[in-house]
Amino acid sequence: MKIVVIGTGIIGSLISRELTKYDCDVIVIEKEKDAGLGVSKANSAIVHAGYDDEPDTIRAKYCSKGNFLYTKIAEELDIEVKRIGSHVVAFNNEERNTLNRLYKQGIENNVPGLRILEKDELLSMEPNLNPDVIASLYAPTAAITEPWQVCIAAIENAYLNGAKINFQEEVIAIKTKDSKIKKVITNKHEYEADIVINAAGLYADKIATMAGDRAIPIFPRIGEYILLNKFTAHDLVNSIIFPTPSKMGKGILVLPTVDKGILLGPTSTDLHYKLKDLRATSKEGLDKIVQNAKHLVPSIDIRETVKIFAGSRPETPNKDFWIGPSRNIYGLFHVAGMRSPGLTSAPAIAIDVVDQLIKSYDLNLKKKTDFNPIRKRIPHYVGELSLNEYDEIIKKDPLAGKIVCVCNKVTEREIVEAIKRGARTIDSVKFRTRASFGECQGGFCTNKILEILSRETGIPVDSIVYNSDNSYIVKGKVRK
Amino acid sequence: MNKISCDLLIIGGGASGLGAALKAAKEGVNVILVERLNIAGGILNQCIHNGFGLHYFKKELTGPEYAANLINLTKDLPIKFLFEHFLLSIDKKSKTVYFASENGIVEIKCEALVYSAGARERPFGSLLIPGDRVSGIYTAGVAQKFINIENRIIGKRAIILGSGDIGLIMARRLTLEGVEVVAVCERMPYPGGLSRNINQCLKDFGIPLLLSTTVTEVRGEGRLSEVITSELDENYNIIEGSQRSWSVDTLVLSVGLVPSTTPMMGYVDIDLRTRGIIVDSTMNTSVPWIFSSGNCVIIYDLVDYVTKEGEIAGTYAVEYIKQKKEKKKIPIKKGIGVGIINCNAWVEQTDLNLYLRSIKPIEKGRLIVKSGNSIIFEGKEQAFIPSEMVHKTIKAEQIEKLGNIDNIVVEIV
Repeated sequence: MKIVVIGTGIIGSLISRELTKYDCDVIVIEKEKDAGLGVSKANSAIVHAGYDDEPDTIRAKYCSKGNFLYTKIAEELDIEVKRIGSHVVAFNNEERNTLNRLYKQGIENNVPGLRILEKDELLSMEPNLNPDVIASLYAPTAAITEPWQVCIAAIENAYLNGAKINFQEEVIAIKTKDSKIKKVITNKHEYEADIVINAAGLYADKIATMAGDRAIPIFPRIGEYILLNKFTAHDLVNSIIFPTPSKMGKGILVLPTVDKGILLGPTSTDLHYKLKDLRATSKEGLDKIVQNAKHLVPSIDIRETVKIFAGSRPETPNKDFWIGPSRNIYGLFHVAGMRSPGLTSAPAIAIDVVDQLIKSYDLNLKKKTDFNPIRKRIPHYVGELSLNEYDEIIKKDPLAGKIVCVCNKVTEREIVEAIKRGARTIDSVKFRTRASFGECQGGFCTNKILEILSRETGIPVDSIVYNSDNSYIVKGKVRK
Repeated sequence: MNKISCDLLIIGGGASGLGAALKAAKEGVNVILVERLNIAGGILNQCIHNGFGLHYFKKELTGPEYAANLINLTKDLPIKFLFEHFLLSIDKKSKTVYFASENGIVEIKCEALVYSAGARERPFGSLLIPGDRVSGIYTAGVAQKFINIENRIIGKRAIILGSGDIGLIMARRLTLEGVEVVAVCERMPYPGGLSRNINQCLKDFGIPLLLSTTVTEVRGEGRLSEVITSELDENYNIIEGSQRSWSVDTLVLSVGLVPSTTPMMGYVDIDLRTRGIIVDSTMNTSVPWIFSSGNCVIIYDLVDYVTKEGEIAGTYAVEYIKQKKEKKKIPIKKGIGVGIINCNAWVEQTDLNLYLRSIKPIEKGRLIVKSGNSIIFEGKEQAFIPSEMVHKTIKAEQIEKLGNIDNIVVEIV
């Protein structure tokens, strides 16, 4: 049984891993240079509690289940999931009514621990909130994570369990015979396939059409963000702060990141479906973030910004996930339209998709006995070990004693290990180790990381890029 | 764990740390100087242009020459250099500082510490300039490091944002290395760098300086391909219709330095606005045994000042080691017209070295140092601009003759 998974975002990576629990060939195709560099890279990074989704939606079916599964995922894949809780805050009685409605919805969706908090209790938990708040819906199970790390970890674990991972390969055609999946053709290879999982994120409609299926149109909804310096802004809020949602979505939030920074955003702008690659920030967007975030937390000092970025999420006309076997092409299975709460739902979706595959195609998939669910993260030393333990490690491994990223105290060993695990770009090293993710944003270490990347891989410095093909950093010599 | 001890520990082997080491070692205490790179001299090593040393060495030198001269002066003195050692933590009670190195953790017990870790550059992300996420945007120091140290070309056609000295110097450097520099933009209505650099780096090469102009968007696919600039009105709002498009593959930023003080957070008091370590006239921080000097205190115009301040830190760190006597401190307050100032307090029996910048350009003003109604110093009438730092040394006797005072106010009127 040959199963081709297209995409290594949160959905493709977790499904690939899930499939490696069974006796089948798993072939993963990703057009980018690393896992999770599309939609999964730039979003609010929230594992939602699950009160947001109307009980009759597909979203509601997976969200609170997915939230629950993150505890196990975090343990097995050694990723950080911090259950810091969330507050939806209300400023007036109309908004309080919305909180009550969300509360009831949450109970229906089996969200544990929900409470409506009155002003005093809320402000004792979040003293920097606008004192005009009157109440909040508190969800203790809401969490934050690093979505790209989940993707990388799941792909590493899938690889360990036998999946074939092919980066920098773009699907250019899908061959069918008698409306049945036969082959997936990329710009580099051809792969025989019995089943194709379409987890191509923003491009899932393109993949569907390629296979001759009718596609649900997927259009990009862009969200812009501002990230504040963890060293100076980290204590602004302790949990995820949402405004009361409106028809336009969940609104602009203020939340801590796993790395202790503070994230503000997102905006929410629907783009033409052709603008799927757009990741540009705008003055209007940034101004709106500042204005809205300051309404929630007035003491935000925007001068503490370390970076701005934008991400796109795949939106569908009915604002829900698109999961299921194609009715037209046998063997093509769509897992698309992963708008919010796609990240949260992903672990539950991955399990359910494999069940659905077995049922839809009457597969006789046997569980492997030797599946190893454990993946270990790249060890980080400074701040995580006692000085004596760290000393012992350096004695055996001198590279662990050389700090390359001064801001985040990332050692040369961590960078070399990221490269061993497949990092080939500055961004890949950054997302895997947090090197150059700190307050100087690579000012002191980009040149060193370039040098280490080149030394370890043999790729000339001139050919190393930040992320996409043309994003080179240096080109040629000043003097021969 | 490798355990060593010394009288004076210095963190940072740049222009200031070396100054502190020199002075302290001459006083006979033994010094350990810890540096995270594999060479002393700090940022001087990448500043291959000249213009350094006129005050300290009384001759004009390049950055590497200035560094080499300083390092030469440390020869035969009781200074032990530890390279590629990285600060981990400080135990304030036992005056012990921990470093990581390739040989393991090094624990250094000292009597006094001088922290002189310099500054970092403000990154592009902090400017909130919207647009595509592209490569080809470099802070000036990073560009300088690539070109001058690593012999690498960063682009073909560049625009520079910020007319601070390093921006001006990079405009010249890039031009000399065959990179076309289309303009230098400055959001303020006046230049940020020294006038001599405007002449020598821009005018001599015909590079336009666009005042009240900033970068308002960056565009490109992968690599930068277009920069949009806009003119600003007197309230720094964008003037609609003033947008200009520049076809460039490189944007170099000279938008300011921030004292590198994050590793000291929680150990000593830091000015949360400037991020500088707060020191008194002996370069002593809020902790009696910890001193600090150089760009991690305030961003100086001249490296000569940085070394001089290091010497002061070294001198008083030695005095602390030998006497351990607490002295009376008189707070220094920023009066009208002053943007930033160092130091924060005057310590009795010491000379007061004031470094300050005016808050805005002042055509005719006087520097006044006073306490209550008593004038300690009144300068001649002169012009002030924020980009040119004012330095004034006031002798201890001048302050002491006022008798008991509660505070000192510095103002430009």
